[in-house]
Amino acid sequence: MRGPYELVRARPEPEFEISVDGAGVPVVPGQTIGAAMHGAGIRSWRTTRFGGRPRGLFCGIGVCFDCLVTVNGVPSLRACLTEARPEDRVTTGTDATVGTDATDVTDGTDDAAAGDEGESEEGGTVGGP
Amino acid sequence: MTRIHDLAVVGAGPAGVAGALTAALAGLDVVLLDGAARPGGQYFRRPAEGFNAARPGALHTSGHGLDGFTRRWELLGERAEVLLRHRVWAAGRTGGTITLHCLEGDREERPRTVTARALLIATGAYDRPLPFPGWDLPGVLTAGAAQALLKGDLVLAGRRIVVAGTGPFLLPVAAGLADAGARVLGVYEANSGFGLAAHPLLAAGRAGEALGYAARLARHRIPYRGRRAVVAAHGRDALTHVTVATLDDGWRPVATRTVECDTLAVGYGFVPQLDLPVQLGCATRRDHDGGAVVAVDAGMRTSVPGVYAAGESTGVGGAALAEVEGRLAGRAAAADLGRPTAPAGPVSPDPALTRRRERLAAFARALQEAYPVRPGWQDWLHDDTLVCRCEEVPLSAVREAQAMGAADARSVKLLARPGMGWCQGRICGYAISCLAGEDPAPARRPIAHPIRLGALATRADPHPPGPQDEPAPHGEPGLHGKPDPQDDLDPHGEPDPHRKDES
Repeated sequence: MRGPYELVRARPEPEFEISVDGAGVPVVPGQTIGAAMHGAGIRSWRTTRFGGRPRGLFCGIGVCFDCLVTVNGVPSLRACLTEARPEDRVTTGTDATVGTDATDVTDGTDDAAAGDEGESEEGGTVGGP
Repeated sequence: MTRIHDLAVVGAGPAGVAGALTAALAGLDVVLLDGAARPGGQYFRRPAEGFNAARPGALHTSGHGLDGFTRRWELLGERAEVLLRHRVWAAGRTGGTITLHCLEGDREERPRTVTARALLIATGAYDRPLPFPGWDLPGVLTAGAAQALLKGDLVLAGRRIVVAGTGPFLLPVAAGLADAGARVLGVYEANSGFGLAAHPLLAAGRAGEALGYAARLARHRIPYRGRRAVVAAHGRDALTHVTVATLDDGWRPVATRTVECDTLAVGYGFVPQLDLPVQLGCATRRDHDGGAVVAVDAGMRTSVPGVYAAGESTGVGGAALAEVEGRLAGRAAAADLGRPTAPAGPVSPDPALTRRRERLAAFARALQEAYPVRPGWQDWLHDDTLVCRCEEVPLSAVREAQAMGAADARSVKLLARPGMGWCQGRICGYAISCLAGEDPAPARRPIAHPIRLGALATRADPHPPGPQDEPAPHGEPGLHGKPDPQDDLDPHGEPDPHRKDES
């Protein structure tokens, strides 16, 4: 079957892998984390904090914030905007963990180490609530 | 020392690149910023370099248009400072100088400020979704998302795809997905009941384009059905099927059937991205569809001196109109800053450009009139249908707020919290306004992109951006006056659903 690569006559550079919750996901250099996950058949990677509803890509261009992930301990990144890099470790989760330090305690960055309100301000995000 | 440019341009799409190049050719010192890694905006989005795509134009309605854009982009690189991967989160104006607060990078972000004597806002638009039962199931994407995945990442949004919504944008989305190997099961257009034969593109004299789509849809055996809409999406953890309804004139369902699919690409027009112009205090006006757009004069000047806007932010009209508006803005900026446009540059005479803008704007208006959103979509909702995805606010909560006396969208928002989550109402704002019975107002968002607090702390400019005399509306994250960490800077990035809003 003719696919997108054939359509644009792509000669992709060698793929690398990122880790998504421990599983390998292939990436063509330049692809976003969200596109790589969606392309690998991962459709949902977060559950909402009230209803536990599954979420993945929706707007695809950084508007809706449904696709938030933690990458190498940096929380609340929009997967659809974040270009994947070799060695990336992506962790997913519920709203209770995405956006806080809870998933990142082993990372050792300022963001991840922030434990109480005072310290975690560096890792907090504004512009969302 | 901070360099003060003549003109800063935000947005590397058709409008921004045309405006920046026009101004640079006229002798201005121009800086262009865009949050993305590659130029093009949404329309001219292209595959990542790692694909080495020999024919990126194959993904575009007009490969010729992409070539022209690419030429302008290359010319611009020789004549202006180009800052990709720079997200502008706030703009302020003090004493004739514009300051843009940016974050460089897409994760470990570095704060940066850019200053200029004038600003061209060319920030484009995003899909306008309507809520319906199941619209938050994984597998339901905006039409723009399906196209962005394909154009930028060469990823097919799904294998068996339904395309639905309203507007001519559905046609390139469906044709592009099918060309790239997806099985497109149908295009369901909520408006036109006559199919492609009576498509407004034909009436407006763009027969070639409409027939091109018709041929591509026919080649892939994709049915195009008017007066149809996806009124519900179903599945446990991901989409498995949708309910397609036949609609009456007002979009109320009169008959339904089920279509099995793994992906739905849906969109009901576009919302202009107005965060920066609203921050700067630019006057807005109602577009033909009732939505807010930036008010501009013939030179694309906004109501704020030194601030120009072009492209979708002044009214959704597509790439060709955006490019013309960008050129008009670039010329006006050059003239206003005292550099008459050099006749040697690739700039048509002003009257011809203006006529071209008028013609394209008239076409855009015809399309908006042909593809309105009709109120019957509200009948698609059930009590438990989420209208706000971020805060998981069901329709019933909106109706309860109204029963308690919330008479407008703002009061509904304060009582029931739709639009108070991560996306700040970008996704649900239109629907909430409709449910509250009013035209959507331009949302005031003092921060155009979420930023980490460290970036705020290291911001070079000690003064809050934006007009000083307009406090942020109650209940929105505000940088105006003294930010209250309890209100706006929640360290967990999560709102407390039970928090009262009278702080």
